[in-house]
Amino acid sequence: MSAALLALVLLPASGGMFLLLGRHRFDRGAVPLALVLGVAGVFLAGTAAVTRASLSVPFLSSGGRAVVDGADVGLAVDGLSAVLTVTVAAVALVVSVFAAADHEARSSRARFFGYWLLFVAAMQLTVTATTFPALLVGWELMGATSYALIGFRWRAAGKTAAGTTALLTTRATDLGLYVAAGAVLAGSGSLSLDLVGLGSPWLGVASTGVVLAALGKSAQLPFSGWLSAAMQGPSPVSALLHSATMVAAGGYLLLRLHDGLAGPATVVVVWAGASTALVLGAVAVAQTDLKQLLAASTAAQMGFVVLGAGAAAAGSDAGLLGGAEHLTAHAAVKAGLFVAAGAWLSTLGTKQLAGLRGAARRTPAVGVAAVACAAVLAGIPPLSLWTTKDEVLAGVQAAGLPAGTVLHVVALTAGALSAAYAAKIVALVLAPWRGPSAQRVSAATTVAALVLAASAVALGAVALPAVRDAAADLLGVPPGQGPGVGALVLSGSLALVVGAVVLARPAVAGAFERTSLAPWLGTLALLRAVGRGALGLARAADRTDRSLDHGVMALSAGVLATARIVEIADVRGIDGAVEGAAVGTVGAARRTAVLDDRVLDGAVRRVAGTAGHLGVLARRPQTGLLHQYYAQAAVGVGVLFLVLLIVR
Amino acid sequence: MLLTVLVLLPAVAGIVLMAARVPERAAAWGWVAASSVVVAMVAWTWWGLDPDGGIQYDVKVRWIPTVDASYHVGLDGLSLPLMALTAVLFWCCAIWSLRRPERARSHAAIFLLLETTCLGTFAALDLILFFLFFDLSIVAMYFVIAGWGHGDRQRSALKFFLYTFVGSLALLLGFIGLFLGSTPRTFDIVRLTANPPWHDAPGTASLVLLALFIGLAVKTPVFPFHTWLPPAHTDAPAEGSAVLAGVLLKLGTFGFVRIAMPTLPDAWQRWATWIVVIGVVSVLWGALVALAQTDLKRMIAYTSVNHMGYVLLGLGAVGVLARENGDAADDIGSAGVAATGAVVQMVSHGLLTGALFLVAGILWSRGRSYAFSQWGGLSRVMPGFGVVLAVAAFGSLGLPGLSGFVAEFEIFAGSLAGVPVAVTVAVLGILLTAGLFLRALRHLLTGDLTVPDGVDARSIQDLTASERVSIVPLLALSVAVGLLPWLLLDVVGPAADDLVALVAR
Repeated sequence: MSAALLALVLLPASGGMFLLLGRHRFDRGAVPLALVLGVAGVFLAGTAAVTRASLSVPFLSSGGRAVVDGADVGLAVDGLSAVLTVTVAAVALVVSVFAAADHEARSSRARFFGYWLLFVAAMQLTVTATTFPALLVGWELMGATSYALIGFRWRAAGKTAAGTTALLTTRATDLGLYVAAGAVLAGSGSLSLDLVGLGSPWLGVASTGVVLAALGKSAQLPFSGWLSAAMQGPSPVSALLHSATMVAAGGYLLLRLHDGLAGPATVVVVWAGASTALVLGAVAVAQTDLKQLLAASTAAQMGFVVLGAGAAAAGSDAGLLGGAEHLTAHAAVKAGLFVAAGAWLSTLGTKQLAGLRGAARRTPAVGVAAVACAAVLAGIPPLSLWTTKDEVLAGVQAAGLPAGTVLHVVALTAGALSAAYAAKIVALVLAPWRGPSAQRVSAATTVAALVLAASAVALGAVALPAVRDAAADLLGVPPGQGPGVGALVLSGSLALVVGAVVLARPAVAGAFERTSLAPWLGTLALLRAVGRGALGLARAADRTDRSLDHGVMALSAGVLATARIVEIADVRGIDGAVEGAAVGTVGAARRTAVLDDRVLDGAVRRVAGTAGHLGVLARRPQTGLLHQYYAQAAVGVGVLFLVLLIVR
Repeated sequence: MLLTVLVLLPAVAGIVLMAARVPERAAAWGWVAASSVVVAMVAWTWWGLDPDGGIQYDVKVRWIPTVDASYHVGLDGLSLPLMALTAVLFWCCAIWSLRRPERARSHAAIFLLLETTCLGTFAALDLILFFLFFDLSIVAMYFVIAGWGHGDRQRSALKFFLYTFVGSLALLLGFIGLFLGSTPRTFDIVRLTANPPWHDAPGTASLVLLALFIGLAVKTPVFPFHTWLPPAHTDAPAEGSAVLAGVLLKLGTFGFVRIAMPTLPDAWQRWATWIVVIGVVSVLWGALVALAQTDLKRMIAYTSVNHMGYVLLGLGAVGVLARENGDAADDIGSAGVAATGAVVQMVSHGLLTGALFLVAGILWSRGRSYAFSQWGGLSRVMPGFGVVLAVAAFGSLGLPGLSGFVAEFEIFAGSLAGVPVAVTVAVLGILLTAGLFLRALRHLLTGDLTVPDGVDARSIQDLTASERVSIVPLLALSVAVGLLPWLLLDVVGPAADDLVALVAR
């Protein structure tokens, strides 16, 4: 069913372009179109996943065949991409329902859903790509459409700047993919999305490039800051971009290419993932704004996925299984929480945690969904993130990485921090409330939140051995043992204890707020400083460029001065000589005329006249216009050369 | 014959417009009509071209037999896309100019003459003919800037003229050098390619290449020969800037692929590393200086230096790969990709930068200023302007779906095998261009509505019909190349592979 796979990308892409080209005329039809295409997307993703479709569309081809192997847009669905493509389609559909109801996206709906659909198409292309051109097209289009979505309300101050930060940070790391593509082509003569079998040094170059791109997109350290800025975007955008798509793409890319990554790159991946899980987990605990908390938590949870991919790269199947499971479960959890945050922002008018006191009591249905999602996020047994995280940890152990114990402790601590920030949310939204009840949350938003929460809870089924084996089978890895009972009990009780402490004593989490963790440890400031540095460098280059120009002008002024000297010599010397000759000739003629008045007179007059005329002509080229001198010189040089050549 | 008519038709039309003293308004439409015919003829030629057939539509007429210089023109997959670009861009400029410039008749005539010089340069297969058209283009462009520009136009025009003219003298010197090394002596490019001159005198070949390089590098322009470009662009009329950046710069890069590389393959291989270095410096320098600009038109002008740097990077990498692989390059692979990318970049830059300069012209026509500080929030009052500016900017920064991505991806991917460090540094260029275009979009389109003093913000008009019709086709073609690159690669690919084989001799 390659048609389903093609439609999975082309349908939302053309729908999006249609809406964007029609602009305000299609504002009314945008929501139905987005929802219809969303439903179609789920259906198509399912079909493509079940049938394991694959296809190739001519792209960089000449005379009907690819210029090099893998230069076409190749798409395919295997076990891993089957999981992701269905997750993306499902989350996109549910969040579209929320977006249709959310007030932040109420104006310019054609523009909003136009970019939305393009974004979804780009993500599906990224997930199913089997060649570098296909991956880069999807990857970069996803970045550009995220810019448009984050900066959607461009009239408001700071929104476009936030989109710019996101796009520039991710593009900076995307450069790695361009280099990786070149290295793969150099090493294998092909542009297929596969690092396996590359020799040195191309393997190292390609691995570095891929890892850089993935860490940037997944907002891992030190690139995490852009995710904080991206929270300026409308809530539905946050719900889509920071759950199943965009940030997920980085982790996914590492999972996809894990079996080809070079050794040193693997170590970088593992530590980037673990340290992001730990540090951004702590940053999340320190936030006072719900969306900022969720964003930091997204980076931290992606850290577990990246960690799993690193373990998989080091040879552990459990790492791959755990990473993929964690990616999927987190998508549902985080989309649900962002939908709840968006619902509260519309009904209660704030996303500051202080203002959300008792929010779950004021909007009960959304409250239930949010608390359920928070419980999953905390890693409370028997919910999904509890087991998936332990699966990742089992993978780390099995991989036999250097300093494996340290990694394990870091990851466990990071898990405990998830429980802390999840409990921080729950403590506030469940706090007693006696004020007026809030305005009603729209039914669509409530349904979206509940569906996502239910999915998040249901995905806990992966703890069951039968489900786990099926997942392993889907991903094509041997089932193995999975996390041991001891590990599960340890992490589960850790989550319960930490969660209970924060619920009982919110001040424990509050202490984090007064540290430098609150401003994201300066990660956003770092990105802005790099931007300012580039601008400073640019200004210095500009000054140098002006001096270069002055140098050229001084040189030409020198030429001009020389030309003036030559001109003076020309007027006084050559021209004078010509005129003098004329005068002399006339004089001579007069003297001759005395001797032979009748015979030579006419001829001499003609000579004198001609000489005088030549004198006038000789002056004519001296127009004083420099370019005309040059033209004359050029013609002279050219003629001279030609004469030389002809008579040589 | 068809090709001769195609090349000379615009000039003849221009002369007729002048000689018949056609009324000003009718002359503007006459230009549209003539350039439409050219577009149709180029399309016909494209349809009839056999991509694997080498040089076609060729005509050779005796001219100066003693030095074997002849009127020799022809087309292949390298020149046809550039001729098509020329035809389309001039057509767009003709539509744009329906806004009644002063002295519309002589304006139309000088542009038609300019079109002939550009088409002629791309078609020329004889060095003297090439030089003739190449130099006449400078003269015509001088009059465009000096006659219809703004600001300090006389000075800018003179600077442009002097700089590029001195460059062309170096080029002439190089041509004479090629002639002197050929046996039997000839100015015919096809013969020089078949039997490269100076192949047993590497020192002389290097000197000849140096002369050619300087001549072409000034026109391209690459660092450090680029300083004529910003003032020329800033003070040229919009349609003049579009043609200058879109077509005239390509005369320089085209000279590399048509003349320098095939006729001096050994020297090109020997100096390839340096050519790559100059390309990378141009990439970074152009992007960095562009980032610092506070004037939209100067900024776009500097991005040309950046974009042309990629062309040199790709062509230099072809030389490096040829040197490393030697004659045994039975798989053209990477080098073919790099060469194809360089040619696609020429076309892509013509489309996108042509569009960008026309968009900048809209700004000038509304408020006589290009300064970022004088404009802001324009999407509020000119949404159509915002759309075309954003599309052209994203195309220029290399977004997939537009032509720039295809070109730059091919150049990077193809060059990396030969010059990995250079490519790794050069990719920073696409980050810097992303930064500078996003910055420009933010300044001009978003934020509070700002217009220059004396302009009534409420009366600012969005795109007029002629602006729309002249800009949209350029962007549409860029999208077409971006989504279906094989439309262009079918023609460019085989010719680029031939070029690689010629350099690898």
